[in-house]
Amino acid sequence: MAEKPKRITDIGPPHYQKFLPPIIKENYGKWKYHERLGPGVMVHVSEAGAKCYTVRCGSPRLLSTKTIRFLAELADKYCGGYLRFTSRNNVEFLMDSPDNIEALKKDLADAGFPVGGTNNAISNIVHTQGWVHCHSSATDASGIVKCVMDALYERFTHEDLPAKLRIALACCLNMCGAVHCSDIAILGVHRRPPRILHESLRKVCEIPTLIASCPTGAIRPKTIDGQQTVEVVEEQCMYCGNCYTVCPAMPLNDPENDGLSIWVGGKVSNARSEPKFSKLAIPYLPNNPPRWPEVVQAVTKIVEVYAANARKYERMGEWIERIGWPRFFELTGIEFTRYHIDDFKHAGLTYHRSAHIRM
Amino acid sequence: MAVDEKVNTPLLDELEKGPWPSFVKEIKKAQSVGPMATDLLGQLELSYEDKIGHWKHGGIVGVLGYGGGVIGRYSDVPDKFPHVAHFHTLRVNMPSGWFYSTEALRTLCDIWDRHGSGLTNMHGSTGDIIFLGTRTEELEPCFAELTQAGFDLGGSGSCVRTPSACVGPARCEWACYDTLKMCYEITMAYQDELHRPPFPYKFKFKFSGCPNDCVASIARADLSVIGTWKDEIQQDDEAVRQYAAEGLDIQRDVVERCPTRCMSWDGEKLTIENRECVRCMHCINVMPKALSPGKERGATLLIGAKAPIVQGALLSSVLIPFVPEDELLETIKELTDRVWDFWDEYGMNRERVGELIQRVGMANFLDAIGLDPTPEMITAPRDNPYIFFREEEGEEEESEA
Ligand code: SF4
Ligand code: SF4
Ligand code: SF4
Ligand code: SF4
Repeated sequence: MAEKPKRITDIGPPHYQKFLPPIIKENYGKWKYHERLGPGVMVHVSEAGAKCYTVRCGSPRLLSTKTIRFLAELADKYCGGYLRFTSRNNVEFLMDSPDNIEALKKDLADAGFPVGGTNNAISNIVHTQGWVHCHSSATDASGIVKCVMDALYERFTHEDLPAKLRIALACCLNMCGAVHCSDIAILGVHRRPPRILHESLRKVCEIPTLIASCPTGAIRPKTIDGQQTVEVVEEQCMYCGNCYTVCPAMPLNDPENDGLSIWVGGKVSNARSEPKFSKLAIPYLPNNPPRWPEVVQAVTKIVEVYAANARKYERMGEWIERIGWPRFFELTGIEFTRYHIDDFKHAGLTYHRSAHIRM
Repeated sequence: MAVDEKVNTPLLDELEKGPWPSFVKEIKKAQSVGPMATDLLGQLELSYEDKIGHWKHGGIVGVLGYGGGVIGRYSDVPDKFPHVAHFHTLRVNMPSGWFYSTEALRTLCDIWDRHGSGLTNMHGSTGDIIFLGTRTEELEPCFAELTQAGFDLGGSGSCVRTPSACVGPARCEWACYDTLKMCYEITMAYQDELHRPPFPYKFKFKFSGCPNDCVASIARADLSVIGTWKDEIQQDDEAVRQYAAEGLDIQRDVVERCPTRCMSWDGEKLTIENRECVRCMHCINVMPKALSPGKERGATLLIGAKAPIVQGALLSSVLIPFVPEDELLETIKELTDRVWDFWDEYGMNRERVGELIQRVGMANFLDAIGLDPTPEMITAPRDNPYIFFREEEGEEEESEA
């Protein structure tokens, strides 16, 4: 064999300019406006009058190299050998003429890739790893996303909602991804305190670090059979999993009690109202693979009620602010419970301190 | 390979049905790459039966000289599924804006077919290319091939996480600074901090070209850079009238949706009181042909966003209301260095910058990084009288009197 290549480090990512198609390179920073040409298709027009046509399709995010090669083939065939991905795991094909849009759409449809996700459509769900790769997940991620998007497919391929709708899923409270500011967030939750594996705890965890990791101070030192370990004050535990992150001997996974919660009304965009957090709609739904019917039904119902009631340009959270939370619970038929009332740090901020009540 | 490719997965097979593209089909496609995908299917099916994950708490694995970029993962049922006994992930730093040549994509695929499962995420939550599943002994050879091809690993652990940017000036008329360039420059400037975790916890940069914030920087980045403008919205009256003629209800859908009600429409002319405009983007989003951000462009810098772990979720808050585009890179670097100095010294283990600010108070934080307080930083002044006055200030006033 040839001699070993020199070890290279700290080179950073490739320079992005190497990967820009000519239509982008030539008009970089000179775009004037854009127009929608139907779901998943847009045209951007530059000051010089050049046009960039974009076709966007959804993907399952988890892609085999085979599929990436297939997408690359399409980009060779129609886009001069370039493509891009969006921040929400969609694939975008960029072209300098409209001639190939229909042919590309057909190839995508034949291969099972939906075109859409633009403007007032539901875009792809951003999500986390779940049982495919993570150790702390309360649920799977890809599976629920697949089921929810199957149910909301038409909302991806049509732009017929009052405004954008962004759904996100995280499989534990670590929330890899911006789920906490989504129109609808699906969040995996644990509901029982960690089990303490005393034997391995002694070997693999630093007790002071473990005690310090708990935001509610629920973890206390304890001696069992003359050996240092910890105990958890169960009433103080909110199942956040911080302890498990620093100590593998504190697992929270529990097939009987783990499940899903649903949060609504968050947004990151500054358009109209300020960015906001998603708020609790449903504290718990059962973890029911392989098709999670309870979750799919709950999300679909919220989307349909929103679609039927919100005004044009009103995001989920803006709509709820206008009609008020009591009406939201009434319209969606979701039960309001004690769990909806905040009892963490800034709980008092959400108590309703006025006589403004819709009767 | 001695693996039965026809592993029985009745539960997962349910997820091949339905119109949305199926990740189960993707895993099955990767069976031709090697035996890992088959065992992944087997283990995942078991999780679907048991309703519990079968991965152990991560182990420390990596490439020589780096403290991050690889997430160690081991199966807790390796006897049943030996080919995913190790199933480590590599985070590969994506190019700014997620643009690729097909040549680069194929190179990545070739490398990953040689050294891993043939499964990826395009992309992970932070934006990296995720190579999903390989064995410890494949990490170093895979890394060598990646760097040969011009790619490097992204961040993991208590480091600078891989910065990300919206498509920006590459294909968006609203970009108020060059997000791709800024993302690239910052990534290159902090290679050491990205690969060798030096901090109490993670630190994220996200670059959005305008207040639409397509990369969720205000929700997710410790330093959020959001493009904006200082002068007036650019306005083409003829194009406004055109929108009206085409049926847009400008009064209802634009004027009445403006958060500061700083616009008026008399059926002929749209008037914007630009002093009152908060640069929310709504009117521009609705009428992209008629309105666009002003010409004096730059960005707002905000600090401290994070997900709930540990002390609760935070959105970033304003630190510098406006930095002109040509001063942006230097300002970000200078500010970041000062923030890191303070965080290094005072941050507790697993305390994000936003939490540190909550704990010590914004005013003390501003003192520490040498920024003057401005009213743009708050939504309202305090409404409680519990002020910690400083003795020196009282004394100074007296001596001046
Ligand atoms: S959200 Fe939690 S369980 Fe899901 S991938 Fe992230 S850390 Fe793992
Ligand atoms: S799960 Fe959270 S609240 Fe419960 S003991 Fe662990 S760290 Fe404390
Ligand atoms: S954040 Fe603004 S500039 Fe960037 S892509 Fe989104 S709309 Fe365009
Ligand atoms: S950008 Fe927002 S605040 Fe400014 S004029 Fe337009 S709608 Fe009003």
